Amino acid sequence: MISARNVTKRFGEFVALDDVSVNVPSGALMALLGPSGSGKSTLLRVIAGLEKPDAGDVFISGREATQLRPQQRGVGFVFQHYAPFKHMTVADNVAFGLTVRRRPKQEIRDRVHELLELVQLEGLGKRYPAQLSGGQRQRMALARALAVEPEVLLLDEPFGALDARVRQELREWLRRLHDEVHVTTVFVTHDQEEAMQIADHIVLVNHGRVEQIGTPQDLYERPANEFVLTFVGEATKFRGDLVRPHDVVLGALPEDGAEEALVERIAYLGFEVRVQLVLGDGERFDAQITHDEAERLELARGQIIYARLVRRADVATRDELVRPLA
Amino acid sequence: MIARISLRVGVLVYLAAILLVPVGLVFWRTFEHGVGPAWDAVTTPDAKHAFWLTLKIAAIAVPLNTVFGVLCALAIVRHRFPGKGVLNAVVDLPLALSPVVVGLSIVLLYSRDGWLGSLPFQVLFATPAMVLATIFVSLPFVVREVVPVLREIGTDQEEAAATLGAGAFSTFRRVTLPAIRWAVAYGVILTTARAIGEYGAVRVVSGNIEGKTQTMTLLVQDSYDNYDITGAYAASVLLAMIAIATLLLMTMFRPREEST
Repeated sequence: MISARNVTKRFGEFVALDDVSVNVPSGALMALLGPSGSGKSTLLRVIAGLEKPDAGDVFISGREATQLRPQQRGVGFVFQHYAPFKHMTVADNVAFGLTVRRRPKQEIRDRVHELLELVQLEGLGKRYPAQLSGGQRQRMALARALAVEPEVLLLDEPFGALDARVRQELREWLRRLHDEVHVTTVFVTHDQEEAMQIADHIVLVNHGRVEQIGTPQDLYERPANEFVLTFVGEATKFRGDLVRPHDVVLGALPEDGAEEALVERIAYLGFEVRVQLVLGDGERFDAQITHDEAERLELARGQIIYARLVRRADVATRDELVRPLA
Repeated sequence: MIARISLRVGVLVYLAAILLVPVGLVFWRTFEHGVGPAWDAVTTPDAKHAFWLTLKIAAIAVPLNTVFGVLCALAIVRHRFPGKGVLNAVVDLPLALSPVVVGLSIVLLYSRDGWLGSLPFQVLFATPAMVLATIFVSLPFVVREVVPVLREIGTDQEEAAATLGAGAFSTFRRVTLPAIRWAVAYGVILTTARAIGEYGAVRVVSGNIEGKTQTMTLLVQDSYDNYDITGAYAASVLLAMIAIATLLLMTMFRPREEST
């Protein structure tokens, strides 16, 4: 369990964190999600002890950790660019935490072997970080952080520097690894899809403040405010309301409450089809329908169609949703 | 094509005229009458003494400047403190200041009516003053080599070491030092070259006493002044050979430093 309580951090005039409180339950996999400059990385660094908060406290496993140096916190940290020790082999990198703790040589060897296997780098121990691919370097950094058996694993934009395919693989792999190792994990990301895909809980941060804390489903279905609605998942403006594009239903015939609209663009994304429409007064909006529906409507550019809303995403009140996690 | 060739030729001719011809001439004149006279000239007691004194001064000044240089670079790059800008500027002072002025300032400080004129041991016109002068003039090299490399490697690796449990010294020894080692080596070579080649500052504070406070560079000038041309050339060649050895070491280090 990690708690940050009323943490404030300024860099000169810039307020990176403004009275932020977050609880991470033991064994959870939590995402700190937010646009760049929102303060999410700073919060992670405050938890690790790499930044000192101007106000507020940090608790790790019930222990007051605010004044502890990073060395004493029992955290594993994976840096955005992995921060490999370039002059050391992969095995020495992974062994680092154990070496500085002066563990017996044989124990270190066994543990490194075990970890390299865990992160699927067996046989690459003698290489140097420069001889690894981005994904391999990332897993090496993860093994290095896990070597000291941290109570908490912190990852700063762990997949940010990888290409799309490797990123997707590593996401799934991290999720499986977490289910195997069960270490309390917090990762920072600006990618809402990444957060939705692997996190149990998401903390959405913006301008140094927490906008909402909840499960991916909470954030998507019961966004606390417009920012959450637009940041998590797609949103479009329809007749003055912010709605999910898949809540816009298209029909071939006029009906009650339906607006006449012109199909301006159709994008086939496989199962899903994106339709850009324009109303009589020039207002544009998006609809998201299935491939089958598009077939049924015989959707074509320039066609007149009738759009209505089935269900509005509830924008809940802030107090209702920014609640401590059980 | 022609432009490229003329550029190369131009650079080479310039280098030859300015550097290679004069130095080559010294070599030629030294060995004009064979190795014998030159060897005799650099094995006189005074010459041997000058040689060892030069090495001794370098052996004290270089390690001190290396340790100071690395610490100073760490302070400049990794820490924030008032007066940092001033420190950064002061480090370059020896590059800007004429060595004669450096020598004179040491004389003023340690002469009989100077602030430090009544120390229990002889400073001025003895080895301590010569070491001080050499430290002064060769101070910036390690700092200037290490600072950009420290900036470039950033704090990521050091922070990673900290989260893995390494203390400040352990992090320095295991992470920072290996990352800056080529810069330090390069700085040490430059410092050594400067320490061995220094003339002006050492000249002023040493008193230039033969067989006592005479370094190689002073010996060269002295021999020349006393019409001992062979002696002057021979000692020059010895200095030049040390310089060439330094240069070779430097080129050996350089590509590796750039590739990391």
